[in-house]
Amino acid sequence: MNAAIAGIGATDFSKDSGRSELQLAAEAVRAALDDAGLEPSDVDGLVSFTMDTNAEIAVARELGVPELTFFSRVHYGGGAACATVQQAAMAVETGAAEVVVCYRAFNERSGHRFGQVQTAAAANIDNSWSYPMGLGTPAAMVAMFARRYMHEYGATSEDFGRIAVIDRKHAATNPHAWFHGRPITLEDHQSSRWIAEPLRLLDCCQESDGGVALVVTSAERARDLPNRPAHVRAAAQGSGADQFTMTSYYRDDLTGLPEMGVVARGLWERSGIGPSDVDVAVLYDHFTPFVLVQLEELGFCGRGEARDLVASGALELDGTLPLNPHGGQLGEAYLHGMNGIAEAVRQVRGTAVNQVAGVEHVLVTAGTGVPTSGLVLGRG
Amino acid sequence: MIDIEKEAARIAEQGECAPRLARDPVNLPMINNWLEAIGDEHPGYTEVAPPAMVQVWTMGGLRGQRSADDPLGAMMAVLDEAGYTSVVATNSDQTYHRYLEVGEHLSVTTSLEDVTGPKRTGLGEGWFVTTRSTWWVGDEAVAEMRFRVLKYKPAQKPEPKREAPRAQAIRPSVNRDTEYFWEGTRRGELRIQRCGGCGLLRHPPGPMCPECGATKPKYLVSEGYGVVYSYVVHHHPQVPGKQTPFVVALVELDEGVRMLGELDGEPSVGLPVEVVFTKVDDELTMPSWRPRADR
Ligand SMILES: [Zn+2]
Repeated sequence: MNAAIAGIGATDFSKDSGRSELQLAAEAVRAALDDAGLEPSDVDGLVSFTMDTNAEIAVARELGVPELTFFSRVHYGGGAACATVQQAAMAVETGAAEVVVCYRAFNERSGHRFGQVQTAAAANIDNSWSYPMGLGTPAAMVAMFARRYMHEYGATSEDFGRIAVIDRKHAATNPHAWFHGRPITLEDHQSSRWIAEPLRLLDCCQESDGGVALVVTSAERARDLPNRPAHVRAAAQGSGADQFTMTSYYRDDLTGLPEMGVVARGLWERSGIGPSDVDVAVLYDHFTPFVLVQLEELGFCGRGEARDLVASGALELDGTLPLNPHGGQLGEAYLHGMNGIAEAVRQVRGTAVNQVAGVEHVLVTAGTGVPTSGLVLGRG
Repeated sequence: MIDIEKEAARIAEQGECAPRLARDPVNLPMINNWLEAIGDEHPGYTEVAPPAMVQVWTMGGLRGQRSADDPLGAMMAVLDEAGYTSVVATNSDQTYHRYLEVGEHLSVTTSLEDVTGPKRTGLGEGWFVTTRSTWWVGDEAVAEMRFRVLKYKPAQKPEPKREAPRAQAIRPSVNRDTEYFWEGTRRGELRIQRCGGCGLLRHPPGPMCPECGATKPKYLVSEGYGVVYSYVVHHHPQVPGKQTPFVVALVELDEGVRMLGELDGEPSVGLPVEVVFTKVDDELTMPSWRPRADR
């Protein structure tokens, strides 16, 4: 695509920001514009995704953005993270806007917590087949998939735990991470309490307050800005057959994430690269089991083989497929995947705290279990 | 009407009651009996008493009478008269200034510290009464205790145990496309949508058949048997209307569709189950699963 991410910005990541979600959004967007060397008056597009309380027009007001010619909001919560960049890139390519900022900001820990039972969500007719039966949290909904995955492939709780250990190891050396300096062992994971069997506490990502923003503009314009552009080599959305939000339990098979398969096909076709060309993988990690399934859907290994790939050490910083060098959402912060895109930009720039050497292509994915999205970012 | 707060203020005003002398001095036989009853095998109590035993020395005995100026007795009488006839001790904090030696003779004084209420509690409406006792050896204070009881009116009828959570259970929303299902559970039928055009069975249901496009859905009544396809044991956080931990199972019915429901039993993938219906109220009956009785 003829678009690049030219600026990234974030607030601090905390458990109690002490300020409104709108202030977090405005601070993150301003930081991203500063990073891009642009002014609010340069912005003519804003994109966010559902489950964000900050309207595009409210953010524009706070920043003094005079006019917007493009504004959009993508559905399905965390699954939309990468799709915001796709929306922005398409707007830039079509001429609908020149400078589009994608943002996400919330007090997800101190305010409205997604991990609690959302009684109001039961008003959705789809949820009437799950919430009243007691299946009312994201962790429990993922656990239903995880149990079947274990049954079919012989995966264990320890296989899930290894993902948490890797993320926390990477977060331990990232000063911006909530779990900076606090790595865990597999024994820590195994002794953490049950949340929704087979998921333990350390299989579940943290809850965070904070904001992240990304500035997208054309490749030409990005070339003249201060930072090395992270080019959008491919962007894709995906929804699979008989798709539900978190409860796609009625398909023939419960061990895959077909919607991520759709994203994978889109990314590989449009970028012209394949799994073996990926230098860093930033995979959405709200719950560990779905990281294994993503590795399979994206083509890094065969069905049921992800646990062997993980155990081989491939996902370490010096492995063949370094995973979440910033610590992921389990380690850095839960910003609905947007902090992962910022990390991908830093890896392309060569400025990450846990920088991987010689990065050409970074793969980023968005929320799993829901209609989702992905990006391939690259140099030049 | 008795003004409880006024009576409490009057009793508190009287301050400490006269010292009441313990029946016996601190003695080894009582110490040994107490250690045995508590299960304390510490060998060190041969010349001093375990501090936690302090209350024992001044207990009234089997036929003991409260002294006329005892503030707890006076307050209990006031509350009894006001209809708060039941009592339960809620908590006590003790402070020990030193070990008590065998042969020392204790006395105790008590004052009324605080009376708060009326409060709604699980037991019924009541008042929390806090007293403060001091144990003395001569004029030396050796231990203190703050002691709180709840004096309450027993609730007329104990709350039905399952009713309260059910009242707050998450309810399904029901529309034209799903009404047949909930009408079925009310009648003790587990209904599966069946296309009026091509016969496709479908759950969860919808208004248009994805196979043939027909918009005349009908239903069949399931036999109510299936096997567990996957399951979750939910521990955290709390779920309205449920008591953790509980099991939610995704069941593959013999007719071929899958359906979620709570499972009352030890879960495993492949476990044969049957449907159970639980009436929540006139509007709502929930289907759930239990292990098949005949297997
Ligand atoms: Zn049909």
